[in-house]
Amino acid sequence: MGRSMLDLWVGIFVVAGVAALVILAFKVGNMSSLGSGETYEINANFDNIGGLKPRASIKSAGVVVGRVKSISFNNERFMAKVTMAIDSGYKFPKDTTASILTSGLLGEQYVGLDGGGDDQILKGGDTLRLTQSAVVLEKLISQFLFDKAAEGAPAKK
Amino acid sequence: MASEFLIEIKDVNFAYGRRPILTGINMTIPRGKVVAIMGISGSGKTTLLRLIGGVLKPTSGEIWVDGECTSALDQAGIYRLRRRMGMLFQFGALFTDLSVFDNVAFQMREHTDLPESMIRDLVMMKLHAVGLRGAHKLMPAELSGGMARRVALARAIALDPLIMMYDEPFTGLDPISLGVIANLVRQLNDTLGTTSLVVTHDVQEALNVVDYVYYLADGKMKTHGTPEALRADKDPLVHQFVYGEAEGPVAYQYPGKDYGEELKLGKRCEASPPGGRHAA
Amino acid sequence: MPHRSLPTIRSIGASAIDNVMRLGYATRFIGLTIAHSGTSFARPGLIIRELYFTGVLSLIIILVSGLFVGMVLGLQGYQTLTTYGSESALGVLVALSLVRELGPVVAALLFASRAGSAMTAEIGLMKATEQLSAMEMMAVDPIARVVAPRFWAGVISMPLLAAMFSAMGIFGGYIVGVVLIGVDEGSFWSQMQSAVDVREDVVNGVIKSFVFGVAITWISLFEGYDAPPTAEGVSGATTRTVVTSSLAILGLDFILTSFMFRGI
Repeated sequence: MGRSMLDLWVGIFVVAGVAALVILAFKVGNMSSLGSGETYEINANFDNIGGLKPRASIKSAGVVVGRVKSISFNNERFMAKVTMAIDSGYKFPKDTTASILTSGLLGEQYVGLDGGGDDQILKGGDTLRLTQSAVVLEKLISQFLFDKAAEGAPAKK
Repeated sequence: MASEFLIEIKDVNFAYGRRPILTGINMTIPRGKVVAIMGISGSGKTTLLRLIGGVLKPTSGEIWVDGECTSALDQAGIYRLRRRMGMLFQFGALFTDLSVFDNVAFQMREHTDLPESMIRDLVMMKLHAVGLRGAHKLMPAELSGGMARRVALARAIALDPLIMMYDEPFTGLDPISLGVIANLVRQLNDTLGTTSLVVTHDVQEALNVVDYVYYLADGKMKTHGTPEALRADKDPLVHQFVYGEAEGPVAYQYPGKDYGEELKLGKRCEASPPGGRHAA
Repeated sequence: MPHRSLPTIRSIGASAIDNVMRLGYATRFIGLTIAHSGTSFARPGLIIRELYFTGVLSLIIILVSGLFVGMVLGLQGYQTLTTYGSESALGVLVALSLVRELGPVVAALLFASRAGSAMTAEIGLMKATEQLSAMEMMAVDPIARVVAPRFWAGVISMPLLAAMFSAMGIFGGYIVGVVLIGVDEGSFWSQMQSAVDVREDVVNGVIKSFVFGVAITWISLFEGYDAPPTAEGVSGATTRTVVTSSLAILGLDFILTSFMFRGI
């Protein structure tokens, strides 16, 4: 194996390896978490967060605008406090509503933001006033049964 | 202060853990001579070479090489000393991934800044001295035992060392190669002005080419002298070794049960003298 | 009156102490290797030569295995996803399995068997034929000249090989899923892109393969260097390399995964 042949093959090897890494980074994965990196924090309190987890996406109009940073329990108000990291490029008014939605029928949960009409813009550290908790399946079923029973009772009268 | 003796070994003991290998060794190697260290296998000859080369440190005693004590040297000092030594290993120990040429050029490339053209000339000269200049393109796997050993010799003398050490250079060679190597040991020593140490148990070949002999047995220096003195020595141990006799102080049979008892014939035969030393 | 089981306990204790001593020796060995890496970096030709023997010669087995693993993932994944009507998620399944786990781990296991055992055998044989002693006697440090270049070559090769394994695997999954079975090409790639996160998945996979590279190369070089200089010694050392490396890979994988993918 001549010296130059050896160097050639090693060169090909290294180029192929780096190319594979680049393909994995750009074509296979998405670079969102390596993006601009600039975010600001917004808090929101929910009665029930359902299955929401840290690093869940925060979407508005279906587009990802940030990630859930942390979730904690507010022991005084017995509510869940969700801290969200929103990309600095997006501005939301002070009366934005935060709801916990499910992607698909049984998919993972995310936070949906609906912009209101307020002139004032949310700043870092602000807390949203309007929230809608996650839909809990048991409550849904008992609500359904209650409605069904209420429907049946007046009909009997 | 250049002493008449290139190597001086003073009261050296070496033990491997609790097993003593060498006890009370005293040797002096004069400059420019070929000295043989002989003994049966296991007598500690190779260990002695390793002590001189700084691979091992003596448990007690001192080894002086060209005015420097090996025990006092640090790793860098030992490397400095080894650059002036050449060693021929028992089966050559050529680097199997390098060609004959690259093997001989190894030390030149590692330790000097000589240009490739000069290295080429030097390598060819060394290979010519051992008679293998035409084989410089071959790989070690393509060489016979004798050729491999000659290439290893060329590699060892690449930087014109002060001391040449040969570890069993005659083992396993055909008679012609044997003669060639023995002659080379003598010739190279005289032409290069080196001092040579030959560890061997090949008595007849060695006695023809060396100037002085040290005989080791059981890790101790039994006797030393010129080849003629050794041939004339009346000591039964030395006599058995020099003339290759089967029976003598070194017993033929490995110590064990009485032969008759082994064959369940009762105590009739006495093949091995009790308490005798076994042959290696 | 000593208990019957005392000899057994004594031998277990002795071998435990031996193994701890051996681990200590191995740690000192790798420390020396890294400390003496100056020669390798001053003469990159040494590392390049070893890159050829560890990396380039492993390419075939890595690429072919990656392709087959990806194809099997495509097949098996399709079977399972169809029952939930989620075939379009095939790209996600193949990509995440490979990038997070299979790429680094399987490539590491293959690397240990091919390149690791080769390194052990090579160094063990050099020791047995006194080539390392010869080098020492010529005042050339064998650790700097022989061991260190191989170490850095292994550490560099492993992440590259793991990435190539994953890339080939995704390609294999694409061939089976999209071309052969007929999953929609657009959703295959788009769902994959949205589910595979570079920092979370790709980078973690690369970190894993780097750690595996260090572990495998360390074990292979040490076993070779420490092998008894006989035929049985070298063959035992080669076997030990493959077994110890494989266990180390799987163990480290668990530890790394539990750190990296916590709470996802």
